[in-house]
Amino acid sequence: MIKALIARFRQGYRTMEFPSADIKLPARYLGLPKLKSLKLEAAAAACAYGAISAGANPALDLGRCVFCGACAQAAPEAVEFTQDYRLCASARQNLMITESDFKRAETLGADLRRIFGRSFRLRQVSAGGCAACEADCNVLQTIGWDLGRFGVQFVASPRHADGILVTGPVTRNMELALRKTYFAVSSPKVVIACGACAISGGPYAGHEECVGIPEDIPVDLYIPGCPPHPLTILDAILRLIGRIP
Amino acid sequence: MKIDHLSSFNFGAVDLDPALFLETAASRLAAGGRALAYFALPEGTAHRLVMAVGFDRESRVEVYSALFTGPLRALTPSFPQLHLFEREIWEQSGLKPEGHPWLKPIRFNTPGAVPGVADYFTVHGSQVHEVAVGPVHAGVIEPGHFRFQCHGERVFHLEIMLGYQHRGVEKRFIGGPDKRSLHYAETLAGDTTAGHAWAYCGAVEALSGVNVPPRAQALRGVMLELERLANHTGDLGALAGDVAYLPTASFCGRLRGDFLNMTALVCGNRFGRSMFKPGGAAFDLDDALLKELLLRLERTYRDVENAVSLLWDTGSVCDRFESTGTVSKEAAEGLGLVGPAARASGVGLDTRRNFPYGPYENFTLSVSGSGDVYSRAYVRWLEIQKSVELVRGWLENLPAGPVEAACGQLRPDSAAISLIEGWRGQICHFAVTGPDGKLRHYKVVDPSFHNWQGLAMALRGGEISDFPLCNKSFNLSYCGRDL
Repeated sequence: MIKALIARFRQGYRTMEFPSADIKLPARYLGLPKLKSLKLEAAAAACAYGAISAGANPALDLGRCVFCGACAQAAPEAVEFTQDYRLCASARQNLMITESDFKRAETLGADLRRIFGRSFRLRQVSAGGCAACEADCNVLQTIGWDLGRFGVQFVASPRHADGILVTGPVTRNMELALRKTYFAVSSPKVVIACGACAISGGPYAGHEECVGIPEDIPVDLYIPGCPPHPLTILDAILRLIGRIP
Repeated sequence: MKIDHLSSFNFGAVDLDPALFLETAASRLAAGGRALAYFALPEGTAHRLVMAVGFDRESRVEVYSALFTGPLRALTPSFPQLHLFEREIWEQSGLKPEGHPWLKPIRFNTPGAVPGVADYFTVHGSQVHEVAVGPVHAGVIEPGHFRFQCHGERVFHLEIMLGYQHRGVEKRFIGGPDKRSLHYAETLAGDTTAGHAWAYCGAVEALSGVNVPPRAQALRGVMLELERLANHTGDLGALAGDVAYLPTASFCGRLRGDFLNMTALVCGNRFGRSMFKPGGAAFDLDDALLKELLLRLERTYRDVENAVSLLWDTGSVCDRFESTGTVSKEAAEGLGLVGPAARASGVGLDTRRNFPYGPYENFTLSVSGSGDVYSRAYVRWLEIQKSVELVRGWLENLPAGPVEAACGQLRPDSAAISLIEGWRGQICHFAVTGPDGKLRHYKVVDPSFHNWQGLAMALRGGEISDFPLCNKSFNLSYCGRDL
């Protein structure tokens, strides 16, 4: 017992302040991309995932981007990755990066904010993918991040949940389980698509083994990344429930 | 024939006729061989069965193949380590292993297959009951279906039915390498990005004949060991959490992140994405980064030592860990377990020693003998110490020179086996090229493919309430197995 107390003293208080201006990401971290030019031909050719379209409607689709940086390497004059980790969006089309400002996710309406704003429970559904998104959701439950202090919690049963957070491209083999989990959550409910896979199929887009989130499960929040940084996920969830203006 | 691992070889040289193939495979496995890979390679309308047998003590890999058109005789009854391989062959090629005791789908990806619907093993009798769990589990965790045959709390048998994570990655390597191949490798199992990326690069490099510069080898070693450190530390914390010992659970949860952040310092991504590339490494370290990494390594290691040592000193923890979920050495060898799970049962197998690659030389492995949860936890602690020593050594004496060599075309009609010791155990990638020098077939064997049956065995005769603890002590990958 005394050893545990000494260890507790030694390990110290480690919960980070969030949101905070002091958050420092590694210099090589790739955050929100910025288009420096709309001549995207070279960048589009370098992208393996069809995330960049050149020509008539040049744009970078954050929902498809795996943040490998190949475009910025091939066309540094056109694409640049910033250190901004705040990447969420409320609508799929808002993930299309053009020259105009990136439109981050909006807070739920006043009615829903009243219900979810101070206590928000999520059932996570892992549906394909590589489990890295799951790992970065799990990390939010550790003392470094302490998701619970914001009133947000991952729960075991969909019956206890206010919404689902989906990761993975939704494999054919997980479609039914996802559907059942979603319909087991009582309304009103929220759906969060976390990671490139859940948003667009990501690296697995076009595989016949994957079906994507079905159309009758409407998505309220998109969190891009492969996987999204825990800061990105936390920022997105807090924005949704109105804890970050 | 004998081949050198990690190098490419002329694929035609290993051809046998079907009867001789099965006979040879059986005799080599009986002589102590371990199946590294066993799969069906399409050849016209027929299939060529390919088996790679590893002899760990002699650091030798043997490859045999034979063209099959009809059914084959199952070897599983004599060699349980083949049971999942033969089911996979049946599911992927339609070749039926006659006499297989558990012939059922493993990924449910054939027409008409419904995930989780199969002929389950059942136990009947007074008060015997079945508990079914999943595919959606209680925590933030991957999907899988588990069926326990129980009598009261006691588990007679556990059957694990997966396939929910099957997203069809393996066959997308065929026709490559292309610009998506590397990311496919990196996401075979997200928490094993360095392991699988290295295995993929190793196969491609062997086929193109490029020599990876020493500095890149050392940097790859740093990434692989950081991955091991992060996962082992996280798992020790989770094990503590599963027995309600919160100090270590809390400390290790944070410390795992510190290792991931060190990885991000090198390549920008916490999982090591974009670091590996065929021919070398994508990022180099300057003096400032080296210093920073060394500083963080020492600081984090001191805290890990402090957090983990509490486990071994706490009676309530040891009481729950000891004699729980025991897998005997015989069972571990029979099932072909790999990695820390095998070493915890006293099996002296570590790719870094048995089939040394890259920067590893004179590696001494860590074995702990009792086969229970305690042993699987303790072996992780031994490996943490070893990994820190390795990373420190490489960072302090990073070889000078370039971090990349040009990787050319792949040799046509050849094959290569690439073996890497990922944090869960041996990763095997088997690549075969066609006459055009493109990948004609690609086989991935994640360590979890071997080890899931070990978890089922660990539960046998145990209590169902020990399942979470046993599960965490293995912490296997669903996506790495389902591909």
